[in-house]
Amino acid sequence: MFKIIDKKELCENVHQFRIEASHLVQKAKAGQFVILRKDDKGERVPMSIGGLDKNKGLLTVVIQEVGKTSASMNRMKIGESFADVVGPLGIPSHIEKFGHCICIGGGVGIPPIFPIAQALKMAGNRVTTIIGARNKSLLIFEEELSSASDRLLITTDDGSYGTHGFVTTVLQKLITDGEKIDMVIAIGPVPMMKAVVNTTREPKVKTLVSLNPIMVDGTGMCGACRVTVGGKTKFACVDGPDFDGHEVDFDEMTKRMKMYAKYEKVAYEKFLHNDCHLAKQIEEMR
Amino acid sequence: MTDENKNKPINKKERMKIPRQKMPEQLPQDRVRNFKEVPYGLTPQLAMEEAKRCLECPKPPCIAGCPVEVNIPAFIKLVAEGDFIGAARKIKETNALPAICGRVCPQEEQCEQVCVLTKKHKSVGIGNLERFVADYEREHGKVEIPKLPPSTGKKIAVVGSGPAGLTVAADLAQMGHKVTIYEALHKPGGVLIYGIPEFRLPKAIVQSEVNYLMQLGVEVKTSYVVGKLDTVDELFEMGFDAIFIGTGAGLPNFMKIEGENFNGIYSANEFLTRSNLMAAYDFPNMDTPIFVGENVAVLGGGNTAMDSVRTSLRLGAKNAYIVYRRSRTEMPARIEEIHHAEQEGVQFMFLTNPIKYIGDENGWVKAMECIKMELGEPDASGRRRPVEIKGSNFVLPVDTVVVAVGNSSNPLIPQTTPGLKTNKWGNIEVDPNTQMSSRPGVFAGGDIVTGGATVILAAGAGKVAARAIHKYVMGIPFDEPKKEEAKPAVR
Ligand SMILES: Cc1cc2nc3c(=O)[nH]c(=O)nc-3n(C[C@H](O)[C@H](O)[C@H](O)COP(=O)(O)OP(=O)(O)OC[C@H]3O[C@@H](n4cnc5c(N)ncnc54)[C@H](O)[C@@H]3O)c2cc1C
Ligand SMILES: Cc1cc2nc3c(=O)[nH]c(=O)nc-3n(C[C@H](O)[C@H](O)[C@H](O)COP(=O)(O)OP(=O)(O)OC[C@H]3O[C@@H](n4cnc5c(N)ncnc54)[C@H](O)[C@@H]3O)c2cc1C
Ligand code: SF4
Ligand code: FES
Repeated sequence: MFKIIDKKELCENVHQFRIEASHLVQKAKAGQFVILRKDDKGERVPMSIGGLDKNKGLLTVVIQEVGKTSASMNRMKIGESFADVVGPLGIPSHIEKFGHCICIGGGVGIPPIFPIAQALKMAGNRVTTIIGARNKSLLIFEEELSSASDRLLITTDDGSYGTHGFVTTVLQKLITDGEKIDMVIAIGPVPMMKAVVNTTREPKVKTLVSLNPIMVDGTGMCGACRVTVGGKTKFACVDGPDFDGHEVDFDEMTKRMKMYAKYEKVAYEKFLHNDCHLAKQIEEMR
Repeated sequence: MTDENKNKPINKKERMKIPRQKMPEQLPQDRVRNFKEVPYGLTPQLAMEEAKRCLECPKPPCIAGCPVEVNIPAFIKLVAEGDFIGAARKIKETNALPAICGRVCPQEEQCEQVCVLTKKHKSVGIGNLERFVADYEREHGKVEIPKLPPSTGKKIAVVGSGPAGLTVAADLAQMGHKVTIYEALHKPGGVLIYGIPEFRLPKAIVQSEVNYLMQLGVEVKTSYVVGKLDTVDELFEMGFDAIFIGTGAGLPNFMKIEGENFNGIYSANEFLTRSNLMAAYDFPNMDTPIFVGENVAVLGGGNTAMDSVRTSLRLGAKNAYIVYRRSRTEMPARIEEIHHAEQEGVQFMFLTNPIKYIGDENGWVKAMECIKMELGEPDASGRRRPVEIKGSNFVLPVDTVVVAVGNSSNPLIPQTTPGLKTNKWGNIEVDPNTQMSSRPGVFAGGDIVTGGATVILAAGAGKVAARAIHKYVMGIPFDEPKKEEAKPAVR
């Protein structure tokens, strides 16, 4: 069993977990992911590795509530355990001395950028990190990333903190200012990754993105996670999750991620209803 | 029949007069609405009557027709005598998984095909009897946990918990070794759990085989992906004396035609895993969803295709098609499954091949362009090669497609195990006498060696490997390779 040692709410609907998984933590590298299953009825859901505490054997994941499974996970308490934590899965991010690297994170793509920025810095790169959120209250992992980067740039959509705009607003400015950029790695919502890739396409800056399609097994057995990269079908769980952003068919991926939208809505609403119901019952009992 | 006749010896002629006993089963119109097993199984009376049909041939061909050489006439004789437990034990001398094999083995191409009765009558229902006695033993709580020999102190890791891994583990545990199974998924059983549906192989049966292993002291570690968490070399470092790799053929093939990534198009592995392993048919009670539209096309003609198409009917498909590029006679699926599929209303489109998918603006498949085929010259497999008939294209409206055109081997272990030799299909190369690979102490068997084959061949390879692993870890030299006797080809 994989016990939750520590848990905190980073912002609305986003929780950080530190989970006991010492064996996995020793083996895992930046850029990999795990598959979690809450209990015996549970769906297998992939989550990025948002930190590895090798001394304590703790794995950090950050979960955003978007549907039934993420919601029920975010209601788990310290001391409870996940039925399964499978991994480390996927190929670790390619780390070498590139020169000046730009790490870009958005939403729950920010935590996994943290171990990558750390590893890039360890490899002797100059690391500039750009993170963005809709507003100041939704910005997470600022402290971690400022320690892992040579320079941390922040953007908010509403201008409540950092630069007013998107991560690409800042990235575009760096490019226009003529900064030498050797590599960009972006993790976040699909529209963000797509925008980053569009920004770096013209100046031909090598850009990696970490893809998050729907997965089941995470070991190459089912093909649920197939994405088109450079005109070829790839299984993101074993061939990725990192791919050359300029080659990714984001439109196809966006559509594929909506495959179960109808069902997800039903499950989520049912969950929220039961949850409400339960809360009321507990209230009444008191 | 009356009690008086019961104990009278019956002669050959009388035996041949007994018709093959039908196994009662759920009616097609009922079963397409549930996931319960289709046949109910034989009753003790039916089983004894069926067993009487066996001629007790002096030189029984059926034994050689069985890949693990079950002593068929001996177990059938015990059934005829009413000693069902004895019969089950007789089978288990050579086949550890009779409840499973009795259900899923292609008997019609193995033991039953060569049964002498097949020529003039119907063969003895060997598979049905095997299934019956194994169920009887289990349901009556008579599964015996053998007394284990003293521990040898040797540790063996088994990677993968399909029929190959389960068999190796059972045999080695009974020789006194400490066995640990590592399984990537969260439930052990391999294809038996994630692939073959409940209506053909109830999961409780697979679970009881796993429980049996645990009673033998085998440790089962699930959610453990070897090659990611630990490599084969790291397992050796952890103190294992030998390693068996039974990771199956789990990499789904796609057809690489236009539009294959539209929504609604599944690999059979994904479709069946969602339905079986994740129990998506019970959504939203279970958390994993599955999508099945009104018109479902399943591509392929094997067991996997039959399982997928019959699953789709149970999940509400109105029209469920099998689209197969050859004709009925070339279909690799078991006859029983084809027959069951037909009864349930599956529509077969033979000599038909998809060439592209047509999608809507949201990326959902809405139709499939197909072309008609005709059979030409035989190919390498000896089957006549299908060739396209120019201009015979037509469009079939579909909203769900399941691609069941075979699996390749998962490269994860070969990639992370230096020195492990594979052939051009990525299957691990082994010495067939020992199942040992190019790496000393690393053995392999089942689909990872043969490519997609059968449960009994995987289990058979497990038996061979277990004997060799025992010798290897105990420092006993391997036997001189036997001169290969001609054995009927059952693949
Ligand atoms: C490699 C990878 C890393 C990820 N890392 C994180 C992370 O660090 N933090 C985080 O909050 N989320 C992460 N995700 C996304 C996360 O897996 C989904 O949000 C989660 O599965 C949603 O489940 P649900 O039941 O709550 O939502 P649902 O209601 O089922 O779905 C909501 C959305 O999530 C996506 N989704 C649904 N099921 C899956 C699935 N089995 N696999 C992938 N996506 C799915 C769908 O596209 C859907 O639009 C990652 C996904 C991948 C593939
Ligand atoms: C849908 C379907 C229906 C079938 N129907 C029949 C039938 O009716 N009759 C018949 O005889 N045969 C049938 N077969 C074929 C039969 O199931 C296989 O030949 C048999 O299961 C192979 O056994 P195996 O032990 O080699 O591997 P598998 O059963 O494939 O098991 C391999 C196991 O290894 C695990 N694994 C893989 N990689 C790793 C790793 N890196 N680390 C840890 N674990 C790993 C997998 O998760 C899996 O559980 C069918 C196959 C399918 C897919
Ligand atoms: S071949 Fe048929 S009749 Fe002969 S022993 Fe085997 S099962 Fe009995
Ligand atoms: S998630 Fe099944 S192959 Fe990638």
